[in-house]
Amino acid sequence: MMSYFLRKLLRLGVVLLVVAAASFLLMTLLPGDVALALLGNDATPEAVAQVRAELGLDQPLLLRYLHWLGGFLRGDLGRSYITQVPVMESILDRLPVTIELMLLSQGLALLIAVPAGVLCAYKAGSRIDQFANAVALLLLAAPVFILAILLMFLFALKLRWLPSTGYVPFMTDPVRNLAHLALPALAIALAEWPSLFAVLRADMIRTLQQDYIALAKAKGLGPAFILFRHALRPSSFTLVTISGLQIAATIAGALVVETIFGLPGIGRMLTGAVYNRDMMLVQGCVAVISVGYVLINFGVDLIYALLDPRVRQ
Amino acid sequence: MSAFADDPGHETASAMAAPSPMQVRDRLGFRFWLPAVWIAIVVALATTANLLPLPSPIETDFAALSNWPDRTHWFGTDQLGRDILSRAIFGARISLTVGLLAPALGLGIGMLLGMAAGYFRGRVEAVIAAAMDAVMAFPGILVVLAVTAYVGASVPLLVIVLGVLTVPTFMRVARANTLVFAQHDFVLAARAMGATHWRVLSLEILPNVVIPMLIYALLVISRIIVVEGVLSFLGLSLPAPWPTWGNMIADGQVDLATLPYIPFIPAALMFLTVLSINLIGERLRARTDLRGSAL
Amino acid sequence: MTDAGPALLEVNNLTTHFHTPRGPLRAVDGVSFSLRRGQTLGIVGESGSGKSALARTIIGILSKRRTTTTGRIAFEGRDLLTLSEPDMRDIRGRDIAMVFQDPTSSLNPVKRIGVQITEVLARHLGLRGCAARSRATELLTSVGLSLPEERLHQYPHQLSGGMRQRVAIAIALACDPKLLIADEPTTSLDVTIQAQILDLLHRRQKAHDMAMILISHDLGVVAGYTDAVAVMYAGQVVEQASTRSLFRNCRMPYTAALMRSAPNLSDPPHTRLRAIAGRPPDMVLPPPGCRFGPRCDHATDICRNERPTLSASDAVGAHLYACWHPVASPGASA
Ligand SMILES: Nc1ncnc2c1ncn2[C@@H]1O[C@H](COP(=O)(O)OP(=O)(O)OP(=O)(O)O)[C@@H](O)[C@H]1O
Ligand code: SF4
Ligand SMILES: [Mg+2]
Repeated sequence: MMSYFLRKLLRLGVVLLVVAAASFLLMTLLPGDVALALLGNDATPEAVAQVRAELGLDQPLLLRYLHWLGGFLRGDLGRSYITQVPVMESILDRLPVTIELMLLSQGLALLIAVPAGVLCAYKAGSRIDQFANAVALLLLAAPVFILAILLMFLFALKLRWLPSTGYVPFMTDPVRNLAHLALPALAIALAEWPSLFAVLRADMIRTLQQDYIALAKAKGLGPAFILFRHALRPSSFTLVTISGLQIAATIAGALVVETIFGLPGIGRMLTGAVYNRDMMLVQGCVAVISVGYVLINFGVDLIYALLDPRVRQ
Repeated sequence: MSAFADDPGHETASAMAAPSPMQVRDRLGFRFWLPAVWIAIVVALATTANLLPLPSPIETDFAALSNWPDRTHWFGTDQLGRDILSRAIFGARISLTVGLLAPALGLGIGMLLGMAAGYFRGRVEAVIAAAMDAVMAFPGILVVLAVTAYVGASVPLLVIVLGVLTVPTFMRVARANTLVFAQHDFVLAARAMGATHWRVLSLEILPNVVIPMLIYALLVISRIIVVEGVLSFLGLSLPAPWPTWGNMIADGQVDLATLPYIPFIPAALMFLTVLSINLIGERLRARTDLRGSAL
Repeated sequence: MTDAGPALLEVNNLTTHFHTPRGPLRAVDGVSFSLRRGQTLGIVGESGSGKSALARTIIGILSKRRTTTTGRIAFEGRDLLTLSEPDMRDIRGRDIAMVFQDPTSSLNPVKRIGVQITEVLARHLGLRGCAARSRATELLTSVGLSLPEERLHQYPHQLSGGMRQRVAIAIALACDPKLLIADEPTTSLDVTIQAQILDLLHRRQKAHDMAMILISHDLGVVAGYTDAVAVMYAGQVVEQASTRSLFRNCRMPYTAALMRSAPNLSDPPHTRLRAIAGRPPDMVLPPPGCRFGPRCDHATDICRNERPTLSASDAVGAHLYACWHPVASPGASA
């Protein structure tokens, strides 16, 4: 048990270092010169040299990485070249919005996928199953930004049930906060649930053929008890893994959805930074999001161990 | 394990193991041919766009701003008076170019790596797998954003970056298939007769790995078309005023309430295209799975 | 088959069809037998002959949507096939229990042993908390597991195969069932452990006056533990007799072949019966006459065209077989 966590922890450390190094190198090794990008192509050599010195770009690569890593660990990601605001400050400002959006959308996706997957596996081949599969197939082909626009058109612009753009912090007014996040979260959830549904359904069908399910029936247990207390857990290993990897898709989803619904999240900030070529901000966002992504998948591994006692050995 | 309880897989597998090739062709059905026809139309229009009697996709016509679809403009015009049909057809080019070239690149590299990993095993496999894990540790979209931020939006760049990002999945499929075929008698026989690794890989394994790879590629193509859509929606693909489905949707979104046809027409085209590719891929995959189990 | 008394279980012309895309698959085809309290019936047959299908039909755990069952299963006078699903659930696990072939796959890998036992106790006896735990400990002790309290907290993968099967038996015996169906309970175990498990089942059966259906593809296993034996081929019972009579005087060429192919102790465990030449018939489209015909050395035209029915060979009517040309046996006139 302990050694499993130690091994995982060690692996986490290595992956984090790699991801941090990659975020750093991405900005450093790419063709082009930050100083030139900053000053424009017709800058004088002296000006360029001065900016390079200011940014520490004239030092050896390893030294710069260590310097950057030290800063990163202390929470110092430098300042935006353009607004001069510390990158960490901007990120911390926007992060809660994105985290809330991702939690809501992932939760919503699971809330649709799990009952649907369980029911369809139980009734595999039935009308309901065929219907759910058809819906999933259609939604699988609908990119998140198309769903977002469709939802906005229907529920915000035509029916006027929910606001189309804007944001209210949760602390200010929880109800209006949720009203603003409902459509964005739903758009991501609708795009994400089909793949969760598909893996759960397939694994569940396989589980339901197992002898231990036959034994559970032979014990006189009812179908609901068997489905949720006997079959769901051993059927959810792939689901858990997928929903960890799915975070990558959710990040992409958050990027567009925040832009469409005007949510002040990290995704919209990152897109803006890319337009403005605000390199420090881009690098900071990439590093923070990637590290978050790695940490989430580490958490997923731990959940996996909780679900499957055999893994812990 | 017993094959009891609710067991659709068991029954269908045993029932479908037998049918003749003729029956299989019939079974592809309209769920295959309808999407195939749609894809054929989209590809035909996109490739011959220059030759078609279409208005310019980028020239503005101030006499026809925001016209709803009518007889002269079948899909209407956008806020700058540009013909949406023409823009949609030219926009399809980008989706198809990126959607085909990026997976082609990823398939090429991924297949080489995957075959090497599955055939040589051992250290070669370990190194390749570790490299792929490193690529996968990043959410792909961030890489695209970061690189575009640096180099600026361009289609060749998009193809390269998205192509590289698809390498790990292709590598896995190639490795899995190579592992299976490397154990088959014909490969072992070829080895026993003194064939070089290169001969075995290119003559015995490659032909068997290519088909499942191509079918898998359909799935990747549809996913890349969506990603290209996201990026051009964010303005990070082909620069304006050239149309892509993504940037048409983004431009149209501004007047979503009053002129919904402007974003929804390219959105529908994109949806139908992705759906068609998925349907075709699903049908083909079902077919090769059968072949695999019949072996 | 001597003492009288009402039958506990009476199966009459039982038929189970699996719905397959090729048509109905007759996994159980017109099976009849009866069983009294305290008695053990062995069911023997090759792999695929429908033994498990029969067992699962009796305890009622086949999917209603994917199978059709006809006939009659009278248990203590009630027809199980006409009972509502909730009533049937009350019987399952309490009055009729089942042990499966492979304890590795029949125990839930992600649930603790204790939970898997106590959930039956809670379901049928209303035992919860401490009472349930102490009863579970008792059960584990009674099936011969050491350190029962600790086992309650363990997961199946932490136990050996033999120990797992003991747990499965403890689960089956939890509510003192009147009928235990053991579907090849030792096939997946080592030879030495096989005997221990069978002895355990035998002892528990005697202690509780329980009826048992012992399924096996190995006539040798069945010999020592059963009162009567039914031999199955392609979903049908082809010979049925008291164990004694069957071994002394088997009539059906298939039974004879089974006896000849009984595995040796020197074979590795898990060796399957392979000795009878040919393959079992397609059970969607079985051959018209005797189903064993295509593989039978004694087959003649009548075998290929007309189906032999199960009938008695002696005046008492206890030894039944279905064959046109029964093998001659010492002491009996064919
Ligand atoms: N879920 C199912 N769907 C369709 N056919 C099935 C299913 N389960 C079993 N069968 C078929 O029913 C027949 C009887 O199978 P069954 O498992 O009862 O045999 P068995 O005598 O128990 O064999 P074994 O010794 O291998 O356990 C077989 O032909 C099998 O292919
Ligand atoms: S009826 Fe004929 S084919 Fe069938 S077992 Fe008897 S002799 Fe053999
Ligand atoms: Mg069986």
